[in-house]
Amino acid sequence: MPDILEMVSVGAEEFRSGPMPVSPVSPKLWQQAAGDLARGQLTLLGLWADRGSVRMALFNSTTGKVGVLRTNARRGAFPSVGALHAPAQRLERSVQDLYGHVPEGATDARPWLDHGAWEVSHPLGKAEKAGETASYDFLPVEGESLHQVAVGPVHAGVIEPGHFRFTVQGETVVRLEQRFGYTHKGTDSLMTNAPVERGAKLAGRTSGDSTVAYAWAFAQAVEAALGATVPVRALWLRALMAELERLANHLGDIGAICNDAAFAMMLAQCSVLRERVLRACDGSFGHRMMRDCVTPGGVARDLDGTGRQMLLDLVADIRGTFPSLVALYDQTASLLDRTTGTGIVTPALAARFGAGGFVGRASGRDFDARRDLPYAPYDQLRFEVPCHAEGDVNARILIRMAEVEQSLSLITQILRQLPEGDLLAELPVAGEPREGLGLVEGFRGDILIFVSLDAKGRLANCHMRDPSWFQWPLLEAAIEGNIIADFPLCNKSFNCSYSGQDR
Amino acid sequence: MLEGLLRRPLTESAPKVADEDIAQLGKLFEDTLYRHLGRSLSIRMVDAGSCNGCEMEVNALSNPYYDLERFGLHFVASPRHADVLMVSGPVTRNMVEALKRTHDAMPEPKWVVAIGDCARDGGCFAGSYAVAGGVEAVLKVDLHISGCPPNPIQLLQGLQALVHQSAMDGEVA
Repeated sequence: MPDILEMVSVGAEEFRSGPMPVSPVSPKLWQQAAGDLARGQLTLLGLWADRGSVRMALFNSTTGKVGVLRTNARRGAFPSVGALHAPAQRLERSVQDLYGHVPEGATDARPWLDHGAWEVSHPLGKAEKAGETASYDFLPVEGESLHQVAVGPVHAGVIEPGHFRFTVQGETVVRLEQRFGYTHKGTDSLMTNAPVERGAKLAGRTSGDSTVAYAWAFAQAVEAALGATVPVRALWLRALMAELERLANHLGDIGAICNDAAFAMMLAQCSVLRERVLRACDGSFGHRMMRDCVTPGGVARDLDGTGRQMLLDLVADIRGTFPSLVALYDQTASLLDRTTGTGIVTPALAARFGAGGFVGRASGRDFDARRDLPYAPYDQLRFEVPCHAEGDVNARILIRMAEVEQSLSLITQILRQLPEGDLLAELPVAGEPREGLGLVEGFRGDILIFVSLDAKGRLANCHMRDPSWFQWPLLEAAIEGNIIADFPLCNKSFNCSYSGQDR
Repeated sequence: MLEGLLRRPLTESAPKVADEDIAQLGKLFEDTLYRHLGRSLSIRMVDAGSCNGCEMEVNALSNPYYDLERFGLHFVASPRHADVLMVSGPVTRNMVEALKRTHDAMPEPKWVVAIGDCARDGGCFAGSYAVAGGVEAVLKVDLHISGCPPNPIQLLQGLQALVHQSAMDGEVA
């Protein structure tokens, strides 16, 4: 019998330069893969569907290879991975909502994205007129002196919508159950049969704070599928924009986390730095968030001498200011008291969920797509990947502080070595259906995008997996045993994307 | 600890308002708000399905560069305290109910400000089974501020225009 581990054998250099091979497997082998995931031999990178099949992307952290499996779902069902491996559960519930493929043996049959508000059910599969809306049952809770607190979808602050159902005993959270899907926009359906340009626009609006990373991952997937060669200067400019995006988000969030621990001064100071980054992006690339600047085939904006100087000044400015903010954080005992030991994610859980980004790296999961599944130009740049094992709010802040320094260094290196040349290459026409995988390290973690192109080069199917899919469930675990008043602090320290998850 | 705070103040003091256009906007705000609303306009923000780009720029309004509260504008946690409902995003079908309820919970007089290109007509998400449309599909919109996302200056300008318009309509005395 063929071995699943042998199918997970595609190296970064292979899937980054050409179409992604997909291994068709029997239901039995599919289940075997689920078992490998449950045993921790493999990490789940994504699970998605098209009209006739279900796929999953897998990563072997020992060999550094990836693989994509596909199993038939034409009879309307496929063996549940989530039954054995919890990280797949929400993804499978989404597959069922969107396509109607039933994960057989699943332990949680409730819908996830479909709240009963759409006019059709299974909009991407055999769409039917939606029936009566069943009420959504939260998991039952039993015990003495328990009460529930329902929060959202509309929250008190300026944040995205989602629902949190807390069960508390006194002040202590006994269980948190999340319910999402409020910002589901049906992006997958809008991608279907769309030209690549429209797909790029939609990808860049999947999670607004990661617009560069999403646009890059999408471009990577399309370029790999078509075997396109991207001008070197474009690749370097993409990395420059991605690091600026990382910098802006980390700075903003470090301040916001401290603000949730009643230390508003950090918010004020960090938001000043964040604003300066956004203004420098606007000055150098023409948009504060650099939206639509990365496009399949290259980049839409060049960097001129003025922009370069603006960015060099920005780096000097932050290098001068940021260390004193780090020192302030380190020296403020009342702040450390709130962040240390709060909202712990154990390394075992982070590894099991394959949590990316600072959530994973604060809990000992030493993974960064820029280093471990390298893509140009990161293979030619020097950077360190910070990693801690404590898994608390403090560790997540420390990781992000260290990553600010790394991004500053990367921006400097890129500005020094930026090669001259073209910005955009025309995409080749394949004349046959092709599939490609894109994987980019956004500020939040690795973003996976898998595209299927038809013979004319239009999108037949596109799946975008936000890092939040494997981080949100960990927040449920992190808050357990903490006081409910610490939830905003814990939540902000994760800062998962609602829109990225809901799409 | 206190010593730690005092001994090492941050290297730079918070920036003063430097840009002329911000200063100019602030003046306009002061004039209209003093005259019509006694210098207070409370805003409740609802993300009705946006990509979160608009939220980032709305949050930027509170940073020391824009300091929204200088102009008497501030964000409130409860719709019951709000004069203005600011809405971003294409309105997803999953958010229609929550958006309506938030609006219902606000006291009169109240205004609706839709922000971002998606809030006008659904933007690039229009036509999806999961999107009801722009904010107008659910609520009467008093002002639309376009942009993807609108930047903080555009947001401030738009809010200022709203205060003007409301005063003209005689809805606020």
